[in-house]
Amino acid sequence: MSAPVPLTHITRARNGRPAKRRAQFTVNGEPVDVLFAPHKTLLEVLREDLNLTGTKHGCELGECGACAVLVDGEPVLACLVLGLDAEGRDVTTVEGMADGPALHPIQEAFAQYGAAQCGYCTPSFMLTAQVLLEKNPSPSRDEIREALSSSICRCTGYVKIYEAVELAAARMRGEEADILEEAIYGR
Amino acid sequence: MLRLPDFDYYAPSTAEEAVRVAADHGPDAAYVAGGTDLYPNMKRRQQTPAVVVGLSRISALREITGEASSGLRIGAGVTLTRLAEDERVRAAYPSVAYAASTISTPLLRNMGTIGGNLLLDTRCNYYDQTYEWRKSIDFCMKRDGEICWVAPSSPKCWAVNSSDEAPLMVALDAKLRFVSPEGEREIPARELYGADGINYLTKRPDELLLDVCLPPANGWRAAYVKLRRRASFDFPVLGVAARVKTAADGTVEEATVVLGAVHPSPRIIEEAGAVLVGRKLTDEAIREAGEIAQHLARPLDNTDFLPHWRKQVVATHVGRALAGLR
Amino acid sequence: MGVSNGTPKDNGANGHGQTTEPVGRHPRGEGERSDSAVVGKPFVKVDSRSKVLGTMKFADDLTLPRMLHAKLLRSTEAHARIVSIDTTRAEALEGVYAVLTGRSMPITYGILPVSQDEHALCVDRVRYIGDPVAAVAAVDEETAEAACRAIDVVYERLTAIDSVKTALETPEPRIHDYGEEGNIHKRVDLEFGNVDEALASSHHVREDLFFYEGNTHLPLEQHASLAEWHPDGKVTLWSSTQTPHYVHRALAKVLELPPSRVRVVAIPNGGGFGGKSDIFNHEIVVAKLAMVTGRPVKICLTREEVFYCHRGRHPVLMRFRTGVDERGRILGMHSQTYIDGGAYGSYGVASTFYTGALQTVTYHVDRYKFDSVRCFTNKPPCGPKRGHGTPQPRFGLEVQIDKIAADLGLDPIEVRKQNLVEPHSMTANWLRVGSMGLGPCIDKVVEGSDWYSKFRKLPYGRGVGLACGSYLSGAGLPIYWNDMPHSGVQIKLDRSGGVAVFCGATDIGQGSDSVLAFIVADVLGIDPVDIRVVCGDTDLTPVDLGSYSSRVTLMMGNAAIEAAERARAPLAEAVSKKLSIPRSRLVFGGNRVFDAENPETGVTFAEAVQFAETSIGTIGSTGSYKPPRAPGRYKGAGVGPSPAYSYSAAVAEVDVDPETGLVAVERIWIAHDIGRSINPTLVMGQVEGSVYMGLGEALMEAMEYRGNRGVVHKFPSMLEYKSPTTMEMCDVVTYLIEDPDPNGPYGAKEVGQGPLLPIMPAVANAVFDAVGVRVDEVPISAEKVLKAILAKAEGKDGRYGPAKTPAVEWHEPHRVPPPWEGGDGRAIDDPKHMPVPLADPSGHRYKHDMSGD
Repeated sequence: MSAPVPLTHITRARNGRPAKRRAQFTVNGEPVDVLFAPHKTLLEVLREDLNLTGTKHGCELGECGACAVLVDGEPVLACLVLGLDAEGRDVTTVEGMADGPALHPIQEAFAQYGAAQCGYCTPSFMLTAQVLLEKNPSPSRDEIREALSSSICRCTGYVKIYEAVELAAARMRGEEADILEEAIYGR
Repeated sequence: MLRLPDFDYYAPSTAEEAVRVAADHGPDAAYVAGGTDLYPNMKRRQQTPAVVVGLSRISALREITGEASSGLRIGAGVTLTRLAEDERVRAAYPSVAYAASTISTPLLRNMGTIGGNLLLDTRCNYYDQTYEWRKSIDFCMKRDGEICWVAPSSPKCWAVNSSDEAPLMVALDAKLRFVSPEGEREIPARELYGADGINYLTKRPDELLLDVCLPPANGWRAAYVKLRRRASFDFPVLGVAARVKTAADGTVEEATVVLGAVHPSPRIIEEAGAVLVGRKLTDEAIREAGEIAQHLARPLDNTDFLPHWRKQVVATHVGRALAGLR
Repeated sequence: MGVSNGTPKDNGANGHGQTTEPVGRHPRGEGERSDSAVVGKPFVKVDSRSKVLGTMKFADDLTLPRMLHAKLLRSTEAHARIVSIDTTRAEALEGVYAVLTGRSMPITYGILPVSQDEHALCVDRVRYIGDPVAAVAAVDEETAEAACRAIDVVYERLTAIDSVKTALETPEPRIHDYGEEGNIHKRVDLEFGNVDEALASSHHVREDLFFYEGNTHLPLEQHASLAEWHPDGKVTLWSSTQTPHYVHRALAKVLELPPSRVRVVAIPNGGGFGGKSDIFNHEIVVAKLAMVTGRPVKICLTREEVFYCHRGRHPVLMRFRTGVDERGRILGMHSQTYIDGGAYGSYGVASTFYTGALQTVTYHVDRYKFDSVRCFTNKPPCGPKRGHGTPQPRFGLEVQIDKIAADLGLDPIEVRKQNLVEPHSMTANWLRVGSMGLGPCIDKVVEGSDWYSKFRKLPYGRGVGLACGSYLSGAGLPIYWNDMPHSGVQIKLDRSGGVAVFCGATDIGQGSDSVLAFIVADVLGIDPVDIRVVCGDTDLTPVDLGSYSSRVTLMMGNAAIEAAERARAPLAEAVSKKLSIPRSRLVFGGNRVFDAENPETGVTFAEAVQFAETSIGTIGSTGSYKPPRAPGRYKGAGVGPSPAYSYSAAVAEVDVDPETGLVAVERIWIAHDIGRSINPTLVMGQVEGSVYMGLGEALMEAMEYRGNRGVVHKFPSMLEYKSPTTMEMCDVVTYLIEDPDPNGPYGAKEVGQGPLLPIMPAVANAVFDAVGVRVDEVPISAEKVLKAILAKAEGKDGRYGPAKTPAVEWHEPHRVPPPWEGGDGRAIDDPKHMPVPLADPSGHRYKHDMSGD
């Protein structure tokens, strides 16, 4: 871990507001070095200073889950993390999920199942699911339900999201798996 | 986008430094651990500290030490996820782990800490609102105004203690260790919470919570039951923590029943505990304890659900907590 | 009857060797394809991959150089006169570029021509807490917010109206100076046949009161808009809107610009559900701010502000009197609805009619009377939310049918099935029903849920309930009167083989961009990936009225078929000439155009385009759609008609905790009559999403207000407005019924809204089955259930619900004889009314003549 955010050198900008501060961390594996006002959240830094708009926001209060990102591999809400607290950490956003031109299996399954209807909450569900599957490659439906209970989706009723996570899990286990007919055509 | 107000941010790596920085800025400073309580409040301008002292770099606060036989010491910075998953906690203090697992959402538990939950700002539907919303009702006494909208003739604030762990810590008689420039001191959980929604803690603002010491796990058992509308996100609208110590034949020797989320502080219902002592946890005894608790509960109209209903279901939930301890 | 393993059904669209005539509008004539290679298949949505990559840009993701940020100052008073607004301090702040008040935009607007009652910023009156009063453009959002707080507004408080009851009792002060008297916005009184007579002759008459609380859309994306002004006198607005065409018209009106110089680009919505189908203050304000500052201006609302935009479900109090014969057949129904409209008109006049119009399309109602009143109140305006005006009366109707069945000792399933409206028939209020698959829907969910071994048989605390519903596949009339198409599609064929399709529709997550690509791909026999879709841009795309009323698949779909057929014609002509094969033998499929009799003889699609381009020049085509004219000719007949109605049936299984009244829905079985799936994956997603939203409404969602200092939203936040999480969402078992409709593209009907309708009453009926009490309200919250359980235990009526309706002076109704009682669809007080002989004297149930369409 790098040095903690300094205790001293608090300065003021010309308008009397706290001066910008610098943070160095990695985003999707690439080092970034950013200057921003100390009160900016990681959400704002990602979207506004790094132009990574894949991370969404629906309330900025921790009540919707849309802004989930991974910090050191754990999913957290970017709206309630200070940008300065990303110092020295590894941040992963939805833009970091794909492996070059290839979609992550979770992304591919979400696309196939139409689990992204409007697509706004989708990054948060996919990133959370990614961590779930790293820890538990064969989660039950209830375990998925519990693990994904940090985000609200108003479009899907979560059903296609569960099905997509299960499909991705099977493929990540190396199984030949495809979309379920009854999930697509009904019974 | 709702944004934080301006502030200066410090992220010390030791508790001593944190306390020193906070002391330097007096009442303008606030500690922040997970940020899941303070930052939303700051975004809504309920709290506007000029200086924020982040605790996330203080590794000493993230330790769980000790043994169940002599009492576990849980660092204030231990996340709720870790508290819920820690094998020692789950084995010896399953109710503490369970309560942690019910708090808000998995992601917020990755961020939120036991310290933050125990020191959670009191909550109220008239207070947990943006500046503009609060302006439209001419504010309330907890911030910027004069009146308590929940009980307009009341001289005190009725914001609710909505912590899930606080009622348990009170039931368990846990001890909390604080540090300030004047040194360390221990405050029993039973003495930490004030009866007023504004002055809801007896600790001073500059005192930093270091850890919470759970009592030795020997012979007593505890349970926590939480009532809320959704099984994720929601704060409790009623929490019941119960702790009993029984003789070999099942006769209750000690019993503590604590209600959370219905008063400005977690409240020990002495009479409910007393009615159980000397008896076994029969349906009849449990029902009596529940009815006493229900009689004494005073939920008001400042959380989700109607207060009348929250009172109506107290006995049922006290019963469920106690039935789990048979 | 559901489809399995992806094989197109033989009663579906085109296919070789089929014995039945294809139903629904679909490609035919020369160049017929051998099979539906795309329609009915689970192709991945055209925008799915950009959504999962996080590269899809939503409105707040857009930035432009030198962009300013806007904030609105909103009223902190529920009802007040604006005495003064002082912007001096705000204007003096460093970084502030413009401050606007209502006087800068005095022209009113509104979605309906009859309700032009909104100002972009309030001029002299505020009507709800959250009504926008002033706006700031500044260098950043924080500065704009600080400037808003530096604007000093002096209000003179007026009496705030908090409910329909108060509105009716308080004619003064009036919230608006139009509408009917006092604070009544709209009143409707219609009678189709003598209902009193029908009730008097009924075997059994039930009267019930119901209340349906308001709730809101809660799209995850907060509304956002970006505007740019060009010095050549043009303004562009990028916005999260479902209705760019209507926003376009309003912008031109308020900004006093020729519509040709206003461009509205609908950005893919991060959820809409009807919540982005109105014209919003902030959309006009950022355009004006861009004009004033000469710089791009963006706004993104906070979640709290999204609650204030609202336009969601109207709170509706209802009284239903229904008479049936001894078998439970409905002889007469009198429905009355009392509607809390909030502070502005919005879609309210249409909503008012919708609380009565669709009560007749599921079960035959021999005589029908409908009274309704919508009042203005000092709350955020209500409008269209998924199901627009129909979930409330549907709830009452479906619960009342169960009560009637119980009264008569009948099976509620049988009562429903006996009453089913016949396919290709007319209703008492002159709605023309086409295909009607509700019977099979009921059968599916009854069978799937093992209904008969559960109903009235599960242990106390557990229960099942069934309900049905129906919804429009697009409103029959446009919002403003005109005879132009409702949807237009343009196609450009490129010699590369690529195809660009242009349409004004907006993708709000429902997949309309994909439906457009799939249909065109199917007709042209190419891969959807080779189609570039350009949608929702008033400069570039032909008008489509918008993504509301479940109209897009049917209307845009039909326009797309027409455009694609027209684009295909010159290709067929050119290939026919080139290969000397009769056009009738040519097949478009597999990215080729080939001879049906010698499939190896053919050309690639790109070559076909090149031949055609060589022959006649650049290839482009258009298609349009306008719904068939509805037969009703009475005032109000414009609300309710649709080219096709979808049908749904659902069974809910619930677990009720008798000690607390908490209701958990374990599972929902739902069958939906889709007509035909253009894309089954999207259809399933819409069904499941509708179940979700219905579940939220059934159990917990509510727009609640407090009376402190006026009328204030109780908790405009995502924490306290309760949207079900993964932990509350039930299992869903879905059945798709494919009963193609003659008016649908490939027979397709809607699916975005209809499946929501049966959920709330199914849950209510299941709660009754579980614990024997009736909650005649939505949401069915624990407090209400427990109260009813305790009342029942004390020997009282085990019911929670409204006990009375406020006094309204109803007008004499406009009397319109139902089709089977003669008449011409006009009210008898209409001078043009012509009593005509019964169209179908033989039958009790009138069947309209399909050949007359």
